[in-house]
Amino acid sequence: MIDALNTSLRKLPAWTLYIVAPLPAAFWLWQGATGASGPEPIKALEHSLGEFALQLLIVGLAVTPLRKWTGLNLLKFRRAIGVVSFFYVLLHFLTWLVLDMSLLWGQILGDIVKRPYITIGFIGFVLLIPLAVTSNNASVRKLGARWRKLHKLVYPAVLLGGLHWVWLAKGWQVEPLLYMGAILAILALRVIPKPRKRALVA
Amino acid sequence: MAHRWTNKLTKADVTPEAIWLNRRQIIAGLTAAGMAGALAGRAEAAGDTLEPNSFDDITSYNNYYEFGTGKNDPADNAGALDTSNWSIEIDGMVDRPGTYTLADLIDGLTEEERIYRFRCVEAWSMIVPWNGFELADLLAKAGVQEAARYVAFETVVQPENMPGVRRKVIPFPYVEGLRIDEAMHPLTMMATGIYGKPMPNQNGAPIRLVVPWKYGFKSIKSIVRISLVADEPPTTWNNLNAREYGFYSNVNPQVSHPRWSQASERVIGGGLFAKRQETLMFNGYEEEVAALYDGMDLTKNY
Repeated sequence: MIDALNTSLRKLPAWTLYIVAPLPAAFWLWQGATGASGPEPIKALEHSLGEFALQLLIVGLAVTPLRKWTGLNLLKFRRAIGVVSFFYVLLHFLTWLVLDMSLLWGQILGDIVKRPYITIGFIGFVLLIPLAVTSNNASVRKLGARWRKLHKLVYPAVLLGGLHWVWLAKGWQVEPLLYMGAILAILALRVIPKPRKRALVA
Repeated sequence: MAHRWTNKLTKADVTPEAIWLNRRQIIAGLTAAGMAGALAGRAEAAGDTLEPNSFDDITSYNNYYEFGTGKNDPADNAGALDTSNWSIEIDGMVDRPGTYTLADLIDGLTEEERIYRFRCVEAWSMIVPWNGFELADLLAKAGVQEAARYVAFETVVQPENMPGVRRKVIPFPYVEGLRIDEAMHPLTMMATGIYGKPMPNQNGAPIRLVVPWKYGFKSIKSIVRISLVADEPPTTWNNLNAREYGFYSNVNPQVSHPRWSQASERVIGGGLFAKRQETLMFNGYEEEVAALYDGMDLTKNY
């Protein structure tokens, strides 16, 4: 089954992701503009974008463990997934900056410095910038081994993203905790040693 | 009552005209029925610069954790709340303690419409046309004794009808409280409706508190118990996180909350491109309530 899946995925070019990727954002914006997302469309948009960004980051991080544990090979899509997740983090940030905070710079800077959940969310975003900038073949060639090292920044970034949500929720809410659990589990899978060949054959 | 705040919203921004006209009819109706009299005049004076949000906004964007933590959860889940045979227990330092049916409790009290600003600690706000009566009138009915210094309130707990209670997101029953002078203030009301309709479940049916100069979580919903006590009563959010949620929780743009800057707020119902507006001291009721806190350091008593 996995082999058949891998074979058909091989035929699918990675750039198709870039065509589908903006559709959710466009849909949420349309919902906000038509009132379909409720009386507070800005918060709804901000939350949808942020949650989707986190989901994409988790999917991107799942590529390696999936290959290791199930044999499913999504490696060629990983860079596109990463770039798209950055795009959604950026949209989430811009929605906060422009629509939510109305570009009130004094209050925005104050919030980034004083409010821990905003601070860590912002740091997570900043950590992703060099990754997005170097997500091209030229950078991979130029940076060589350092490229892999640099892109490990995604681990702290996704942890900060998960924490950002846990922290901003009033009280201990279930959904952000589930995401945080998923992030921790998926990072832990990288540390657990590979299953032995024999187990896979059986 | 001359407010320094001037309303920047227009009818076109937030209120469908049908609802606006409907509201005027409610007031006209109340006046014609002779129920409101001078008090209706006062309520109108306090609210005549404020344009209420639509009924839809007010009833579909709520915090009521007993029904879930999402803003839509209360509207989706509150239908099962059982408000039949509602009674409120009044106990503590009162002359006439007991369990009162809602009808007995309301009987003889002056009902009126009050258009108030409503400011959530999460830095969003609405304008709500409440129907109800002054808490002071209700307390007078129970006969508050000299020694009582605080009023404590408790929300109903119906685990079978409240999915949030089953998940125990926060400890239940939800409890809140006011100092006696805050409770007796003429702005403090017990609301039984919105736009002249019975209180929707998600907004705290059948009867809730409204304290317009405090963050919304102080205005406890679906009240089943009122206790007159000598000491400051425990309050739910203060118990959970005292640093963030003080006993007073007065709307104060100068006291920054660890989670939300309180300097500005987002007005619900303005659409995607509505700008933030500045938050007013005591939510715009400074003239009416500032004297309650004379001599208190509001950064300590936040």
